Amino acid sequence: MIRLTDVSAGYKKNPVLTHLSLDIEEGRFAGIVGPTGTGKTTLLKTILGSHEVHGGSVEVMGRPVRSLAPGTIGYVPQLETVDWTFPVTVEEVIMMGLFAKRTYWPWPTKSEKSQVHALAEKLGVGQCLHHHIRDISGGQQQRVFLARALISNPRLLVLDEPTSGVDIKTQHDVLHLLQSLNKDGITILITTHDLNAVASHLPWVICFNKTVIAQGKPDDVFTEDILSKTYGGDLAIIRHDGHLLIAHNAKNKHRH
Amino acid sequence: METILEPFGFEFFRNGLWAALMVGTLCGLIGVFIVLRGMSYIGHGLSHAAFGGAVLGYVINLNFYVGAGMAGFLAAVLINQLSKGNKIKSDAAIGIVTTAFFALGVALISRVRQFTKSFDAALFGNILGVSTIDLLIIAGVLVLTILAVFFLYKPLLFSTFDNEAAKVFGIRTELIQLVFSLLLAMSIIASMNVVGVTMIAATLVIPASTARLLTDSFGRMLVMSAGIGAFMGVAGMYSSYQFDAASGATIVLCGAFIFCCVLLFNYIRDRLDNHEHMHSHGGMVHSHLHHHEDEHDHKHSEQTHTHDDGHTHTHDGHTHSHEVDEIKQK
Repeated sequence: MIRLTDVSAGYKKNPVLTHLSLDIEEGRFAGIVGPTGTGKTTLLKTILGSHEVHGGSVEVMGRPVRSLAPGTIGYVPQLETVDWTFPVTVEEVIMMGLFAKRTYWPWPTKSEKSQVHALAEKLGVGQCLHHHIRDISGGQQQRVFLARALISNPRLLVLDEPTSGVDIKTQHDVLHLLQSLNKDGITILITTHDLNAVASHLPWVICFNKTVIAQGKPDDVFTEDILSKTYGGDLAIIRHDGHLLIAHNAKNKHRH
Repeated sequence: METILEPFGFEFFRNGLWAALMVGTLCGLIGVFIVLRGMSYIGHGLSHAAFGGAVLGYVINLNFYVGAGMAGFLAAVLINQLSKGNKIKSDAAIGIVTTAFFALGVALISRVRQFTKSFDAALFGNILGVSTIDLLIIAGVLVLTILAVFFLYKPLLFSTFDNEAAKVFGIRTELIQLVFSLLLAMSIIASMNVVGVTMIAATLVIPASTARLLTDSFGRMLVMSAGIGAFMGVAGMYSSYQFDAASGATIVLCGAFIFCCVLLFNYIRDRLDNHEHMHSHGGMVHSHLHHHEDEHDHKHSEQTHTHDDGHTHTHDGHTHSHEVDEIKQK
């Protein structure tokens, strides 16, 4: 589904990714984890084709990413980057997912409207279509942006930090929703800082720190060695009753 | 009545009024994107750069619009190049480039003093400064802007809301940015003689900001902003004649007055929607913050009150109606 071969990207004088190669199979629901400032967002933007690449190739579904038709990849930005004061309703935000169609008429067609309404109903935001985006809950906001990404029926869905800035219940709901979308056949790639959410909800994890440290099932990848290489230590792994918990290792920090 | 209608008998006033109506509509439309993209300073800067170009153009025998247009374009390119690196931010680049162009214009005017009068209109706006050519140019830019906003509504909306995501969704954001920059530059240059360089930024920002206070919908904001801009243009131009003041100043003052009225209206509306009432029930007088929506009834959640006589009791939730002033115990 996604193939990066010998990719270098970032700033010319200060490249963030150098000679990176990565394969992500079709049908995966994968989470990219790693410390802040190690290139997760650059990697995501490279896969989306919105970031200039200085070397190597980026292919999605066997084709160079920049040659893909608009809407082939669905994208959900970090909610923290959204301008919540912008005068726009839930319906208008979802409709934006169809804007790449080369139609110059400003009003949506009947079929576009019914498409938006059906998807909004499916994702549980049908009752707030005419609300301003600021006037709905955090969970609904996440679903609205998910609907915008899904409206063009993409086969690959990319989400930047979908679990950040929302409460634990919303986080749980969002990850379950993504699981069900993945079961419907959509390949999903997310970045996150929440290792425990990855451990409990995601079947595949990619540990990233300027390069791919490891990828595989959370049970196999979340080892002290790999996490130490990814985060530089201070993480403890607790296995309890079949569950995996990752915690900050305070003991190590205070060891002299 | 005769005094009120008197100015309409003069051709120069009718020209000025038409120009103000069109400039107000134009700035109202473009202003929505300026305000929502956080670009208020660029409007202010570009008009100053255009002024410098217009004066220079006059010195070297170039048409006003050609000189102003070339300076505006050159300033935009220089700002873009300067702010590409990490060290100079775009607001600083705008400050440096556009003020330098403006300073050039001022230096040329002060060097050759007989120019001073000719550029008063460009600086502060002048009801007498509107020629038929000006009217045609303003009309042309207005029509072009309306067509661009209509046919590029979707990409303009998406890239204004979230430029990064718009790019991923297949919107040609760089092309849209270029088209928008051209429309902005044309609008500023076309409006210069009516509103004046020093007042253009306010003409761009006030109608859009006022409309934003009135609506949460992008489409409605566009229509309202254009309407408010047109109204403030006409009212300002009429005041300019009646008070014998520079048209740019009176247009901006009218806009500021409308903005203040809307601000006050919103404040009063919010106070009425969310306000405290004094109630008396069960021998106890107290107040709560209420939000009034479709109906006047509201519900109290469980609360504990202490009375003057020292005893405390808890309500288990009941509904008030202010209109009938009675308590419906649940």
